[in-house]
Amino acid sequence: MAEKYIARSKAIAARLVGGEMMVMSAADSTFFTLNEVASTIWQAADGRTPLAEIVAGKVCQEFDVDPEQAQRGADRFVDELSQHGILLVSEHPMIEKDSSLSPERP
Amino acid sequence: MSLLAEMNQKALNLGLPISVHLDITYRCNERCVHCYLDHDDHGEMTTAEIINVLEQLADAGVFFLSLSGGEVLMRRDFFEIVERARQLLFNVKVKTNGVMIHEKEAVRLRQLGVEQVQISVYSHRPEVHDAITKLPGSLKRTIRAIRFLKSQGLKVTLANVLMAGNFSDQPGVIALARELGVAYTLDPTITPKMDGDRSILALRIPGTDLKQIFHNQELVGNVEEFCAPPPPPGEDIMDGFPCSAGHTACYISPYGDVFPCVQFPLPSGNVRRQKFLDIWRHSPQLNEVRSIHTRDLPTCSTCAHVGTCTRCPGLAYMEGSMRGPSTADCEKSFQRTGIPSANMLRQTEAAYTGPLIQIQALANSSLDHAFSR
Repeated sequence: MAEKYIARSKAIAARLVGGEMMVMSAADSTFFTLNEVASTIWQAADGRTPLAEIVAGKVCQEFDVDPEQAQRGADRFVDELSQHGILLVSEHPMIEKDSSLSPERP
Repeated sequence: MSLLAEMNQKALNLGLPISVHLDITYRCNERCVHCYLDHDDHGEMTTAEIINVLEQLADAGVFFLSLSGGEVLMRRDFFEIVERARQLLFNVKVKTNGVMIHEKEAVRLRQLGVEQVQISVYSHRPEVHDAITKLPGSLKRTIRAIRFLKSQGLKVTLANVLMAGNFSDQPGVIALARELGVAYTLDPTITPKMDGDRSILALRIPGTDLKQIFHNQELVGNVEEFCAPPPPPGEDIMDGFPCSAGHTACYISPYGDVFPCVQFPLPSGNVRRQKFLDIWRHSPQLNEVRSIHTRDLPTCSTCAHVGTCTRCPGLAYMEGSMRGPSTADCEKSFQRTGIPSANMLRQTEAAYTGPLIQIQALANSSLDHAFSR
């Protein structure tokens, strides 16, 4: 199965408030709050670290959760946020280009 | 409760400043008749100082950042400030008159991910709008800016301050907002100047016009519900706080002065001399504002409108006491429901219970003085 890389969109506003991440899309003003697990994934979404590595290295280390269950939850979370343009998903690592992100071509 | 309301409540519980209004300049290219500011530059914060403040605000947990003025584009470093604000992931709202926004500026605002642009429009007729801004051609330029911003897909809100001189044009401004495809908001609040001068309050619309606004279905939705008599307040109301000023929000001037709100001129510290978080957490002034619960308001806590009034503690402060009533809001509650506020009743009572004739010896005053009054 192909790797999945995730990166935070540049068109968002975000702030950690009491352990929960507030995220708002500048494009459509949709407002999200992420719980502590989701906030951990969000903060690690640098476009270069594979999602599986974030789950194994961050989520499973910081929270008492079964790895398979954590991966399924992370996939659902990424799918949902990517549908709103809040997270960008690619099969390749992403690089920063001007004010946007694009997949890094090998 | 909406997610946003939940986060506001959380910020309140944690004592976090979730919203900050930052005026980056008081300089302006318009001279609006109702403006409360002194437009001279008395030593604005430098770019580096503002960026330092933004970094402190991000660390403090600020999410909503309103950049306003004056006219924000009077600063040559405006886009540098917005760029840093967006790097710090603030939700940025820009308030402007739009006169200096062309296609290039609109593109940049969109690229930077500004969430919303609020633009003041006073009338759909140039002769009325331009007479208020005192800048010939300003309406034409402002409308052009709105079109540029819309073409970039930016969310634009047209803000219509209502005064006696433009009240009758309000339907025309709504029609203009519709034509431009932007949101519309109106504000009948005129505040005293920051130096305490109250002369501009004469521009306020009279109560009868307020009543007309509050009973306009197009503006308020369900009129019956909006204008219904207020329900008796519960304990939660009495234990609550009058507004977010100083609790989850504050205002910073171009000179670094911190206030509870842009409409609440109680100096609470200065970011040029103190860390923002030190001011936010330890300012005696902000802590005094925070200590006031609704039940501590001597007159307003006895008022029928206590649970639904839009009472502004800043306007009350400018009238003499941050614990007192704001008569402009008393008037709003009255015009909305037809029920006089406790403050109105108290004043009427005082008028009736006072002596019918006041006799004063002239020993300490001159006849001239007595006649001039």
